[in-house]
Amino acid sequence: MAGSILNIRNSQAKPLSEIPSLPFEKFCDFVIAQIREGARVVSFFGTPKTNATFMLTMVLAYDNDGQLGIVSTSVKDTYPSLTPQLPQVHWFEREIFEQWQVRPDGHPWLKPIRFHNPCTENSLGNSSQDILPSVTDFMKVHGQEPHEVAVGPVHAGIIEPGHFRFQCHGEHVFHLEISLGYQHRGIERALAAGSGKRTIHYMETSAGDTTIGHALAYCQAMEGLSDCAVPLRASAIRGIMLELERLANHTGDLGALANDVGYLPTSSYCGRLRGDFLNMTALICGNRFGRNIVRPGGVMFDLDDSLITELQNRLDKIFNDVKNAVSLLWSSSFVVDRFDETGIVTKKTALDLGLVGPAARACGIERDVRFDFPTGIYQFSHIPLSTYSSGDVFARAYVRWLEIQRSTEFIRDQLKNLPDSAVMAAMPPLKKQSMVVSLIEGWRGEICHAITTDINGNISQYKITDPSFHNWIGLAMALRGEDISDFPLCNKSFNLSYCGHDL
Amino acid sequence: MFKALYSRLKQGYRTMPFPPKNDVLSKRFAGLPCVVSEKCKEDCAKCKAVCPTDAISGNGKDISIDLGKCLFCTECQRACPTGTINFSREYRMAVRDRNDLLIRDTLNRYEKTLKKEIKNIFGRSLKLRQVSAGGCNACELDINVLNTLSFDLGRFGIQFVASPRHADGIVVTGPVTKNMFLALEKTYNAVPSPKLVIAVGACAISGGPYIDHTETYNGVSSILPVDLYIPGCPPHPLTILDGFLKIMKAM
Repeated sequence: MAGSILNIRNSQAKPLSEIPSLPFEKFCDFVIAQIREGARVVSFFGTPKTNATFMLTMVLAYDNDGQLGIVSTSVKDTYPSLTPQLPQVHWFEREIFEQWQVRPDGHPWLKPIRFHNPCTENSLGNSSQDILPSVTDFMKVHGQEPHEVAVGPVHAGIIEPGHFRFQCHGEHVFHLEISLGYQHRGIERALAAGSGKRTIHYMETSAGDTTIGHALAYCQAMEGLSDCAVPLRASAIRGIMLELERLANHTGDLGALANDVGYLPTSSYCGRLRGDFLNMTALICGNRFGRNIVRPGGVMFDLDDSLITELQNRLDKIFNDVKNAVSLLWSSSFVVDRFDETGIVTKKTALDLGLVGPAARACGIERDVRFDFPTGIYQFSHIPLSTYSSGDVFARAYVRWLEIQRSTEFIRDQLKNLPDSAVMAAMPPLKKQSMVVSLIEGWRGEICHAITTDINGNISQYKITDPSFHNWIGLAMALRGEDISDFPLCNKSFNLSYCGHDL
Repeated sequence: MFKALYSRLKQGYRTMPFPPKNDVLSKRFAGLPCVVSEKCKEDCAKCKAVCPTDAISGNGKDISIDLGKCLFCTECQRACPTGTINFSREYRMAVRDRNDLLIRDTLNRYEKTLKKEIKNIFGRSLKLRQVSAGGCNACELDINVLNTLSFDLGRFGIQFVASPRHADGIVVTGPVTKNMFLALEKTYNAVPSPKLVIAVGACAISGGPYIDHTETYNGVSSILPVDLYIPGCPPHPLTILDGFLKIMKAM
């Protein structure tokens, strides 16, 4: 394996020159062999080079070794698709095709994922015809009986826009196709134009419910690129913020799942309790979503003794109420009946498609950045993995409940033993012509930021991979063979991000 | 069954009064900024250098902050050497007129009595349809929070409805992406006249962090007439609720 791939640790910067560039066929064989041996694709993206060639860079994760690997190849405007052999790159290849018009020949689902003009300059000339969202070929089931149901982009609730097409026979769903891109606002394009004063705000609004997760992935990358040592106290506060974000969202999700099966007690209690966790976040930084606290070098707000006591008291009270509200779910036979065996994703499917986060852990896959690739405070304070094996809505709900308990324990621990140090360190300039891959386990799963710097030490390429990017296809698979009336429940059990995907 | 009843007792009554009786906001909450223009030095532009959305304009006595662009990151307050800009904990910031979002000097414009507004809303109702058009989901979530038992939006006669045909107006979040333009337009057209448009958050008012991106329009006012602006990134649920009540008074 040596020579074919550059092995790095999470958020460790390496010079670009050390990244091996393999001839395409060798790249292909190598990657397929690695995946067969247990590696998985974290990110895969294209970068334009001179003479109409593109560099394709793949980031692989070796979960068991705690190592990441970077390998690259060069292609012109077309290459044989990897998807037939590696289903987990299917969405990445479509993204590369949409951004750079590099065609993966033989891709079974080649169509846009975000519906925007290509990023290549020379193609701007022929982009005069407007690209309309969701105007593409959808998979169709033929026959006299099947029918199609289309939902979105504007939904009945207060949620983000996306378009869903169901191929049905009566209530039975043969297939669900998800078409996104409505939230596309050009974050990566703006980031690649250089690091400016808006950068951190792009991070905090990549997915507003994962403000801490994305801001942390960015800051960790910047710190890796500049060899900045973050003070221990800042790392601990970052950990507290990240787990609070997880607590708020998981609690909200359990409430929403209860709502979707018509069990109102847990639904209404959890709605309030989610807000209480957000208010704890606001207690620390003034904002309910954790804006304006995580910055390169550390955190902007410290905790004093009275604040720590207040947080401890609130955490105990809120956790007790969450426990009370959630335990109602497991003791209500009709809730458990509705959750059980609904929206099953098998472990094999999850592995093949490269699912991440609670959705993967609910299929019995032991995959968690905090455990496999720990950085910051997670190097010193371990959070046990929470898994369940059934892969259904119940499993996705139950894994959330396990994580709520473990995150609460973690925050309690951190608040009790907060290290004594400054909370901000000075940031040295970024290393030139280097690359860093920064992973964070957000509440939805693995967030990956892969960043390259140019000859002046400025950001020249920024690739964000939100966990939703891996997981939307998981939702589509969960719906196969289900009743269409179970869609809201299945959807909520994944609760994926539209804006995090669309960027 | 008994467990559910016992749990109901344990969880207690959690709906907060509005306006809130106690100080429910975090001490570090950044609300309406106050500008003391006489402190501002003519030749200093430190606040402008750090503002991510160029929300600050003018110097000296002409200095102003555009709340429609402000992300409330408080970088300007930190950068200002003279203490000209200070973010208060005032959450009531919604306005009917876009020009009122320009904060020029210390003014207690928002201290107007709210009690009257509450009296005026009894017997009225407002049905709204929400359209997310490129938002990051934070505005959407904090609008959704108003439906929880903590805020209990229904008691004010306000309800989010599933169809634009049932709505008196639309609540728009996000800068309005090119890809959401058509859907937003169709939703607006489907609402029977007369109708309201409420812009929630910096994105919907001005484009927010995405100002001048080719992939987006600069907020909803470039496409539709806006009746109410609720600033923030995202606005606090109390700010949003206060805004909704303001517009009910105006109706």
